Amino acid sequence: MKQLLILSGKGGTGKTTIASAFIKLSKAKAYADCDVDAPNLHLITEQSSAPKRTDYYGLPKAEINTELCIQCDRCRQNCRFDSISVDKKYKVNPFACEGCGVCQAICPVEAISLKPAVAGELMLHAKEGKVFSTAQLKMGSGTSGMLVTEVKKQMKSATAPTHLAIIDGSPGIGCPVIASLSGADMVLMVAEPSISGIHDMERIINTAAKFGTKTAICINKFDTNIENTKKIEEFCKKQGLAFMGKIPFDAGAIKAINNGQTIVDINCASGIAVKVVFNKTIKLLFEEYPVLHSNDALHI
Amino acid sequence: MKIAVLSGKGGTGKTLVSVNLAAAAKTSTYIDCDIEEPNGHLFFKPENTQEEEITINIPKVDNELCNGCRKCVDFCKFNALAYIKEKLIVFEEVCHSCGGCILFCPEEALTEREKVIGKVQKGTSDQVTVYTGILNTGEASGIPMIKKLLHENTPPSNKLTFIDCPPGSACMVMDSIKDADYCILVAEPTIFGVHNLNMVYELVKLFNKSFGVVLNKCVEGDNPAERFCVEKNIKILSRLPFDSELGILNSNAKIAVRENEKYQALFSSLLEIVQEEVQHETTSHS
Repeated sequence: MKQLLILSGKGGTGKTTIASAFIKLSKAKAYADCDVDAPNLHLITEQSSAPKRTDYYGLPKAEINTELCIQCDRCRQNCRFDSISVDKKYKVNPFACEGCGVCQAICPVEAISLKPAVAGELMLHAKEGKVFSTAQLKMGSGTSGMLVTEVKKQMKSATAPTHLAIIDGSPGIGCPVIASLSGADMVLMVAEPSISGIHDMERIINTAAKFGTKTAICINKFDTNIENTKKIEEFCKKQGLAFMGKIPFDAGAIKAINNGQTIVDINCASGIAVKVVFNKTIKLLFEEYPVLHSNDALHI
Repeated sequence: MKIAVLSGKGGTGKTLVSVNLAAAAKTSTYIDCDIEEPNGHLFFKPENTQEEEITINIPKVDNELCNGCRKCVDFCKFNALAYIKEKLIVFEEVCHSCGGCILFCPEEALTEREKVIGKVQKGTSDQVTVYTGILNTGEASGIPMIKKLLHENTPPSNKLTFIDCPPGSACMVMDSIKDADYCILVAEPTIFGVHNLNMVYELVKLFNKSFGVVLNKCVEGDNPAERFCVEKNIKILSRLPFDSELGILNSNAKIAVRENEKYQALFSSLLEIVQEEVQHETTSHS
């Protein structure tokens, strides 16, 4: 199975819009939404049935038994995450606690225990040979990378042998993105022609290069700033990055999305353009081509 | 007064709103907490920048002293240590810097060493003081940097501070809004927008923050995000139109209020509304 991961570095560039179109066009039997902070893919990929839900346990959280606590203050002094406070009694702030266990180990009277904590929920839609894996992180949880790994595991475990999986990635360059990258055969970067978009794209290309993942670029809303679009195209030429094409800004896309449809479900300019990008991307995914290495400096 | 600008997802216009509010306020502080993808500095192009490296502490092993007892390996909840071929190995990427291994090593074979995870830049742009956190690519957690940005740079309280938050509602966002006096939630007019707005709405409610919504990219016709605000009785602070002129300025990393009177007026009035809201909150709660 080849895994195609759709990333952008910056939010709002159109990852989910493009991922949902790709799912439709490829009739993919396996797909996942790794944006566990703000999953949106389920909103436009029709799910005919309720998903199978599983609680996701992140890192455990410390809990202080105030009956046993002798107020020696060792736990508070040794907590690196400032998660223990005292106001007559000692207590743990579950949002700050990372479950490292230092307080538990250092407590002389065994007043502290680590309790499992639900940090989110995994959802699996499996019907008619199609598998869609997604999740929602609980507010304020910090273990999104681990949850991304679980989303991908869940997809794999439920999928019959198939040749293609499409993964809607998470924004940024941090822990969830790094977790999305592991095991991906190719990354399609969705860039937008803004100075911010170019800056973020460079950072995410660097991150992907560290993993040695095959990387290609497409530009969304390319006509909102033609100058910057040219810059991105030149950058791809210079870096030897495969360029997959451009998709115009299209009010029709907003309408489709608000109706819970993908852009290839209606006749619109962005839908026509995304087909070209799709065909090129799939061709590249299933052929070999040299990978960009992290020691190649990136500067526009 | 600290004002945090947040949204459930990237690309809704957090940076547009926070940068232009900070510029409209003339004398203010702008802190970019979106350290994975900081963009505010691209607009402000700050001058006289000073940089400070941000480090975390990770364990360093003295293999001469290590006797292979594995207490540290067994203790580490993050599997950041392994004892292989009579050598202790540290996997830096997964270490959370809790210090437990160092604390419990009976041979004192472990000490701390500093590892750079990125940098914080400070500079000025007209009368705006600009702080930017930049996390190195490949680093997992930016929490130590957020703490540094927000807690070590406490500007005078009579000054306006704008915090450009990371997207979403995960731990980094919580840290970013912890000390905010007011939160501005930016939302797009799509069903994605509503779904993502709902998440940050839950977050600010949980933290008991006073807040309002800025509807961005408004077009003619139905606005699901607006409907959501009306249903939940959420204060709508402003409706920013979908405007190609603003779009071009913004995509070229220009600060709209410094380029055009029209936008100066638009964001100044938003700033006034926000300040009134905060005043109103403080008087009604005191």
